[in-house]
Amino acid sequence: MMKTLMTAASLVAMMTGAALAQDPLKIGMITTLSGPAGYLGQDIRDGMLLAIEMEGGKLGGVPVELVVEDDGLKPGNGRQIAEKFMNDDGMKLLTGIVFSNVAGATVPDIVDNGAIYISPNAGPSNLAGSECHPNYFVVSWQNDALHEAAGAAAKQLGFKNAFVLAPNYQAGKDAITGFKRTFGGEIAGEIYTQLDQTDFASEMAQIRAANPEVVFQFHPGGLGIAFLKQYAQAGLIGQIPMVLSEPSTDAVVLGAVGEAAIGIHATAHWNRDFDNAANAEFVKAWDEKYGRPITYYGSQGYDTARLIASALAKTGGLDDIDAFREAVRAADFESVRGDFKFGPNQHPVHDWYLLDIVAGPDGKPMAVTKEKLLDDYGDAYADQCKM
Amino acid sequence: MILVLEQILNGLQYGVMLFLLAAGLTLIFGIMGVINLAHGSLYMVGAYAGTWVAAETGSFWLGLPAALAAAAVTGLAIEAAVVRRLYARDHLDQVLATFALILTFNQLIVIGFGRQPVFTMLPEAFAGSIELIPGLHYPPYRLLIIAAGLLVAVGLYFLINRTRIGMLVRAGSTNREMVRALGVDIRLLYTVVFGLGALLAGLAGYMAGPILAVQVGMGEQILLATFVVVVIGGVGSIRGAFVAGIVLGIVDTCLRAFLPGLLRQVMAGPEADALGIGISSMGIYLLMALVLLIRPKGLFAAGS
Repeated sequence: MMKTLMTAASLVAMMTGAALAQDPLKIGMITTLSGPAGYLGQDIRDGMLLAIEMEGGKLGGVPVELVVEDDGLKPGNGRQIAEKFMNDDGMKLLTGIVFSNVAGATVPDIVDNGAIYISPNAGPSNLAGSECHPNYFVVSWQNDALHEAAGAAAKQLGFKNAFVLAPNYQAGKDAITGFKRTFGGEIAGEIYTQLDQTDFASEMAQIRAANPEVVFQFHPGGLGIAFLKQYAQAGLIGQIPMVLSEPSTDAVVLGAVGEAAIGIHATAHWNRDFDNAANAEFVKAWDEKYGRPITYYGSQGYDTARLIASALAKTGGLDDIDAFREAVRAADFESVRGDFKFGPNQHPVHDWYLLDIVAGPDGKPMAVTKEKLLDDYGDAYADQCKM
Repeated sequence: MILVLEQILNGLQYGVMLFLLAAGLTLIFGIMGVINLAHGSLYMVGAYAGTWVAAETGSFWLGLPAALAAAAVTGLAIEAAVVRRLYARDHLDQVLATFALILTFNQLIVIGFGRQPVFTMLPEAFAGSIELIPGLHYPPYRLLIIAAGLLVAVGLYFLINRTRIGMLVRAGSTNREMVRALGVDIRLLYTVVFGLGALLAGLAGYMAGPILAVQVGMGEQILLATFVVVVIGGVGSIRGAFVAGIVLGIVDTCLRAFLPGLLRQVMAGPEADALGIGISSMGIYLLMALVLLIRPKGLFAAGS
């Protein structure tokens, strides 16, 4: 009798064990899907989903389920979602945050809890330097580096005198600091706009009055669209050239601005026309599945998923978190941007390019890669990181 | 000097936009006593509908009636389906219900048009910039907005002060019960006023399209400033909304443009910038506080 019971119990145990093994691995995604910035999170999510779908619902041979929740661009929401993912659902791998202010409130909580966080977008300066953490990886870029590329481009194009503008918040300040770090020229004027400001007429007048050689501005999403339109309407577009960093010239911004964007100098770490096998495969799959312009946010979501796949292929799961961390650090995958490896602070070391915005075959603006600006470039905070 | 003139024009243009939105809001609040947070959604509906028609037909001007019609019809539908039930309830219920409308409209727009901002065209004749006086280049499209705003102001002035509907509107904003007691179908009046408010919001939304980004949530960005205009102008007063809108537009623009520069004369650069931005982003609220100290019901409170 006892023996039968034992057998039955172990059978039941085996069955639940087997059932557990078939449950897909849950990956928690906290991202911004609502409001004007909703398309950023949507593209990151869809990039990841695309990678999972291309592998038949798996990453690195392990069945996965992406659980997505909207943070509404509110740091408090991000934190709550993270806690729910970790405590209630037992997730050990999180990703997805778009904005630095949400990341700042959420990431420390995640890594202190022993979970791994892999950022597909935000890379705030404080988490890249002294507050770096072995469980925190950034696939996209460090915030300042985005704009250091624009500064380097302005310098290389021979501009000596620049007017700089950005919204008055952490990423805006990082942007202007980053631009100045590599530009090295004179600053004709520096304006911090309000984060909810959409009419820049007063700034246009000031730019005209200062008459600089070049304008650098960082205004992500809808703000950037408004800025570029008004720059054209003020008649400045042909008069004072612009050098912009990636967030101000993504494919959606270009589409919404129309021909006013043609002639701008842009900088980027990825563009649709990059000539490598991984990118060709990605662009083809995206166009077939979604049929809308690919933003660099989409490419970052895809890269994040491919990185996770490369690590899962080695470890087979998240049971040994140390092994998984080591496997992520190796960055053993083909990035759609070409060269990619992690620096000592687990932020990317990769190349930056100068792009021209030209009229495409349909007359609409498109970005064309012109030349490499910075080779194997990391960020300014890596030295401060002690792990 | 030219810079000052240009900034005043910018302020004027921002001011008439605020007026277009505040006029509808103040009518609805003043006459029906309904706080309509979804007014920004009507602005967004106008922008999307007009932009879509303009893109389909290739004509900016065909988009205009589409924007007006879409916003007005949506307004009437909201009034019939939701707002009508709220006249007798307290303000918290109204805030909750109309906030729900904001979320609903945002989601409907996402379903219909996606999350990505849409491209809007400028009318050919108004693209680029013209030289108003030597050295002052100004986009003609912004002049068009100023003209449209002033035209609406004049039209509303006649409607409110010279017509029977206007008389009822004025009477309704002062003493609702008396108007009803006199046998006026106040329900119908409410519906007409709500539709008119929605139409003005749609006009503002479509006019803003080529300058700003047409995107989900665009209405909420301007709603707060609109409420400030209503409060400063005095609830229910079109004249108040006009004066307050223009003053607020010019004050806000000029503070942002000149305050950091002025402060830089007396203190170090970065600190002057930080303080200047701080004060200018508070500017409209400081103005509101100041007005409320002197005239607690606003500049032109209805019935005062």
